[in-house]
Amino acid sequence: MSIWVKHQTLEKNSILLVIGILLVIAIGGIVEITPLFYLKSTIEKVEGMRPYTPLELAGRNIYVREGCYLCHSQMIRPLRDEVERYGHYSLAAESMFDHPFQWGSKRTGPDLARVGGKYSDEWHVTHLTDPRSIVPQSVMPGYRFLGDTDLDYHDIAGHLKTNRAIGVPYSDEEIEHAAADLRAQADPDDKGVDDFLKRYPKATVRVFDGKPGRITEMDALIAYLQMLGTLVDFKIYDDKADLR
Amino acid sequence: MAEAASRKTMTEGEAGLVMAFSILALLALVGAAKAEDTAFAFHAYLTAAASVAVVFGIFNHYFDRPSDLPAQEIGGRPNYNFGPVKLAVALAMFWGIAGFLVGLWAALELAWPVLNFDLPWFNFGRIRPLHTSAVIFAFGGNVLIATSFYVVQKTCRVRIAGELAPWFVVLGYNFFIVIAGTGYLLGVTQSKEYAEPEWYADLWLTIVWVVYLLVFLATLVKRKEPHIFVANWFYLAFIVTIAVLHLGNNPALPVSVFGSKSYIAWGGVQDAMFQWWYGHNAVGFFLTAGFLAIMYYFVPKRAERPIYSYRLSIVHFWALIFLYIWAGPHHLHYTALPDWAQTLGMTFSIMLWMPSWGGMINGLMTLSGAWDKLRTDPVLRMLVVSVAFYGMATFEGPMMSVKIVNSLSHYTDWTIGHVHSGALGWVGFVSFGAIYCLVPWLWNRQLYSLKLVNWHFWIATIGIVFYITAMWVSGILQGLMWRAYTPVGFLEYSFIETVEAMHPFYAIRALGGALFLVGALIMAYNLWMTVRHGEATSASPSAALQPAE
Repeated sequence: MSIWVKHQTLEKNSILLVIGILLVIAIGGIVEITPLFYLKSTIEKVEGMRPYTPLELAGRNIYVREGCYLCHSQMIRPLRDEVERYGHYSLAAESMFDHPFQWGSKRTGPDLARVGGKYSDEWHVTHLTDPRSIVPQSVMPGYRFLGDTDLDYHDIAGHLKTNRAIGVPYSDEEIEHAAADLRAQADPDDKGVDDFLKRYPKATVRVFDGKPGRITEMDALIAYLQMLGTLVDFKIYDDKADLR
Repeated sequence: MAEAASRKTMTEGEAGLVMAFSILALLALVGAAKAEDTAFAFHAYLTAAASVAVVFGIFNHYFDRPSDLPAQEIGGRPNYNFGPVKLAVALAMFWGIAGFLVGLWAALELAWPVLNFDLPWFNFGRIRPLHTSAVIFAFGGNVLIATSFYVVQKTCRVRIAGELAPWFVVLGYNFFIVIAGTGYLLGVTQSKEYAEPEWYADLWLTIVWVVYLLVFLATLVKRKEPHIFVANWFYLAFIVTIAVLHLGNNPALPVSVFGSKSYIAWGGVQDAMFQWWYGHNAVGFFLTAGFLAIMYYFVPKRAERPIYSYRLSIVHFWALIFLYIWAGPHHLHYTALPDWAQTLGMTFSIMLWMPSWGGMINGLMTLSGAWDKLRTDPVLRMLVVSVAFYGMATFEGPMMSVKIVNSLSHYTDWTIGHVHSGALGWVGFVSFGAIYCLVPWLWNRQLYSLKLVNWHFWIATIGIVFYITAMWVSGILQGLMWRAYTPVGFLEYSFIETVEAMHPFYAIRALGGALFLVGALIMAYNLWMTVRHGEATSASPSAALQPAE
């Protein structure tokens, strides 16, 4: 019986055809995805990665909401020009706490994987409010409304809790003090700053949007942008140890 | 005539749906009352209103309909149910034009950023997903639902399974589109490209999609033809695989069941792999397998020739669906995804060229002996040119998946150009061709004007050429500028200089998009006149080759 005759079995039985399709399409995904969950070499061992502070997480959610990833990648490829333009190539470990990932697929604007610390807070405020006032040729939309909108963080503890449920290692203490930590990071005079820095060492505490007394969406977004790519200390990172 | 058989009762389906939607309306009102954010409240109210409308609609239909359900056959011929098909065709045209318009706006924003108006709802970052979802899922999805419901009935020679179920699929799917689209404008997104809708929209789509699969499958099961026609294999692969991809890519945990925000279960590198496993196969199964099904029915039908090779269709069907699934990692070349996965993705992407061209050859060679019809029938010309664009895009894709090429093309407009040669040229044209066939068949009319089809064809083709050439030039130019070095070893261009260099190409691209939109408007006018004024005829395909007076 030729293979063409045998194939008629599938052509005459819709349920067998569905099963056949399911089997055939399952293979590729299983082979490519499942090893990423158990191969230890998938995510490098690095020093310095920590979950986002509540303010940074809120800022990240604004980054997601506004679709920043549609024009800005967060993934520096190991190519000479990219490493010189943006810094050390991105590691898988650097997005280990990212739900969802924000690697992006298009650079209408520059990569932001290591934008943290490259510009001042004032630069970001001016640039986000009116990009062309600072970069005349820019095609970026203006985000003036971020500076006018108070950050809604009434359920920020719930956000941390949800993240923990899907694998981000927030402690009970961090969840309990999420709202206080958020306020502390945006106000150096806040009495909770010391506790906040105990929970998130090396995090920066500033009035990010330059407007004390009010926590805006601008505060949160800039807090997020200013920490991007700053966690891993590449002076002590051994890239030979993670060859894969 | 008080026979027991003619006593009017509600069917189980009608009663069940009334119950289900009454409960949904109540739940939605509770959701609206307890909503954590305004977008969720808005969507809850929309859901409540739509549910009430459905309950009203079902009762209205019940009181209007005769006591007996429509016959499966009338006079020995299948009593086809084309109502849902007609609705989906009309919605496809509506969403198509809306999607092209938003695409044009997005293109203009990139050329002239003042058009963002710096308002949250109109910023590029929010309307870009609106554009992609409107054209892929709203336009493309309605075309697929319409054609699949038409083709499966015709090729199985039976009435579609279910009476309300096909309507539920069309209306439910379009409600998903409304929730998704309004959500983007309000900032509700999970940021996974082509899978942006949040958890509640995803749940709703899952229900609709399962019903879609059941309707399609149940129609296949009760078919009168011994063999399942080849187009239906492709539709089936499309429906089944999209279900698997949707479930795999979207598991998310909402912060609150009364809020729109959720966090996706996958993180970092695994999330990236899941996303592009999904993303590339949304292309492979939604935009390819589904539309190949359209090709396999409408090209032979319109050309009045049999499919070129039955064996080729078997080989390329299984090869295509097997290989496509592996191709996702080529979206992640040189990223932090492990090299072995990138290499697998590239290898399978290159192999994918072969079954893709198998499909193209099967479509084009079906014209053997009928090539002269291209001169007289612009609808057939549209279908054939779509297959040619398919061939071009499926050569370009494997080429761009080669890592060394990808190092240049990735992150640039070349990708956008590639996508649009597939989307405008292949998906767009094959859909237009199918709709130009379907509307006269469904409404039993002659097409109002073939001359206007001809205009549509040429205006849209020129638009596509403007679009993709502009994107090739800007993409390759930007890629080369990013990596250009001065003789002494410094990067030659700052990033903003490369942005500035893109401006003329962004303007040309917008012009191309505008032409494509104009073509679609001509089409909508032509179809409107066909339905409203086209003379009822016996709709023989050869008669359709004569322009209506």
